[in-house]
Amino acid sequence: MGRYIIRRLIQAVPLLLAISVAAFAIVKAQPGGPLAAYEGNPDFTEADRLRLEHAFGLDQPLPVQYITWLGSFLKLDWGYSFSSHQPVLALIGERLPNTLYLMGTVFVVVLLIAIPIGVLTAVKQYSWFDHVVTGTIFTFLSTPTFWLGLLLIILFGLQLRWLPLGGMQTVGAPFDLGDRIRHLILPVATIALVQMGGHVRYLRASMLDTIGQDYMRTARAKGLAERIVILRHALKNAAIPLVTIIALDMPELFVGALVTEQIFGWPGMGRLFWDAATRSDYPVLQGILAVSSCLIVFANLLADVTYGWLDPRIRFS
Amino acid sequence: MATTTTTAPTGVQDVRGVARSQWRLAFERFRAHRPAVIGIFVLTLLAILCSAAPLISPYDPDKTQLLSLYEPPSLKHPFGTDDLGRDLATRILYGGRVSLTIGLLAVSVAITVGTLVGVTAGYYGRWIDSLLMRTVDALYSFPRLFLLILFGVFFKGMTVGVIILVLGMLSWLTTSRLVRATFLSLKQREFVEAARGVGASDVRIIFRHILPNSLAPIIVAGTLGVGAAIIAESTLSFLGLGIQPPTPSWGNMLNHATTDMDKAPWIAFFPGFFIFLAVMSINFIGDGLRDALDPRHVVRKER
Repeated sequence: MGRYIIRRLIQAVPLLLAISVAAFAIVKAQPGGPLAAYEGNPDFTEADRLRLEHAFGLDQPLPVQYITWLGSFLKLDWGYSFSSHQPVLALIGERLPNTLYLMGTVFVVVLLIAIPIGVLTAVKQYSWFDHVVTGTIFTFLSTPTFWLGLLLIILFGLQLRWLPLGGMQTVGAPFDLGDRIRHLILPVATIALVQMGGHVRYLRASMLDTIGQDYMRTARAKGLAERIVILRHALKNAAIPLVTIIALDMPELFVGALVTEQIFGWPGMGRLFWDAATRSDYPVLQGILAVSSCLIVFANLLADVTYGWLDPRIRFS
Repeated sequence: MATTTTTAPTGVQDVRGVARSQWRLAFERFRAHRPAVIGIFVLTLLAILCSAAPLISPYDPDKTQLLSLYEPPSLKHPFGTDDLGRDLATRILYGGRVSLTIGLLAVSVAITVGTLVGVTAGYYGRWIDSLLMRTVDALYSFPRLFLLILFGVFFKGMTVGVIILVLGMLSWLTTSRLVRATFLSLKQREFVEAARGVGASDVRIIFRHILPNSLAPIIVAGTLGVGAAIIAESTLSFLGLGIQPPTPSWGNMLNHATTDMDKAPWIAFFPGFFIFLAVMSINFIGDGLRDALDPRHVVRKER
């Protein structure tokens, strides 16, 4: 197992390097270059430009610039925001927990709902329950996240006035768990309803595959209770590939979080990204891209390792 | 036709006849898939209505009407009017032209790029394969919307042409993996050896003998991709970085919806409903195509 994990870790290195090249290229590709902010300033002469380019190392060949950049990036020196002049790392550090809090809740909620529903729709294939659930899920799969968010706000926030319209907690109020939960419901529902569909469909298909297997007949022939046959024998095997699916959906979770944070005024990383985008704040954009893609790579790695742990055949191939 | 070679019948038989009957069977299966047929019907209707927008609607989609701001749905304005008094139904029809075109063309770009990358990686293998596939892995690790937003910033909002290109250039990953997989499994097969043996060029082997075998998964992924592209465009435009007003797209019509939700919820409802309707129809069609062409295949969704 240890060797498998190490092998996986080593395989992630080239991927991370490729990601770093892409993140570097993004800042390099910005229109006007990194000194664009000075463009149009009448006091900014050609001599100033050359001096600054030399000071920032922008006159070096690209590979040298990349190595220098990667070095400081690894030393967690991520530069300063163009707009707020705060260190990028601090800005992200402030917002990332809020995003992870939102995404983590979505993750748990999705699994808690998707797994039982996936199993039930497979066990009762073609029943009215299966039809209703499959139809509902298909509906949500086709719904744009932002529109669902707007509809939920209009219905539960503005019309029924059951839930707050946005934010993470009531402003100025002391910490209150109930208040926190009430603020979570709509944003989580927005992402979860759209996300869940894929998982349910996948689990249903994979359960249907498993239910047809010989070992299921054997388990029943042994006289095991149907519950145990389904949960121990079928679900356990059917759920293994789900680990990979969940990890592959990580980018979507980030996208859902960005859109949702924007609609609900959630002070997370997605919102920071969007704010930085509207201000062409490249250092912040670069930092967030790096953090989110590293988290995605890490999630995939975790999924691989979990997969290998659940299914020993994977480890040795 | 290489489609037939996978199920090569023994003995002499008209190969083309078999090929036709396979597509014929697929068509029958598709026709039996009721949601897919409904999807085709709804989407066609939408496309016709949007193309005929000037004939259907008496209103100018862009003209501000200060006397009719925020009118709720009525006979005169079936979907109400927006913050500038423009007829929402009219704008939805014109916006549909933009959104549907972007969805279709972006996927065409994506399929072209994805096929070329997949062919190159799968057929030539070796270092070029590792290079291309590691690039794909790296691109998969970025949330697509994040990259779209970055391009939105680069271009300071996008025109229809730019957004089609950008969306297409960011959406070819799935196709490239599908195509590469077919090439890896087929390039060692006897019919490819045979083609090479009689002196067929690489281009001929690739496009006449191997690629037709990837058609089914490409068609399915492409169809579902149209829906995903429409959602991506509308999300970007909703955030204000995609199609710029006054040009209406289903996404940017929802741009101000957040501030007007309270007094004019219909502005938030209708454009989104049409995105939903189009995407749902496309997903139904995609599902039907998958059942018809490629019953065992699972396609991943890109966002």
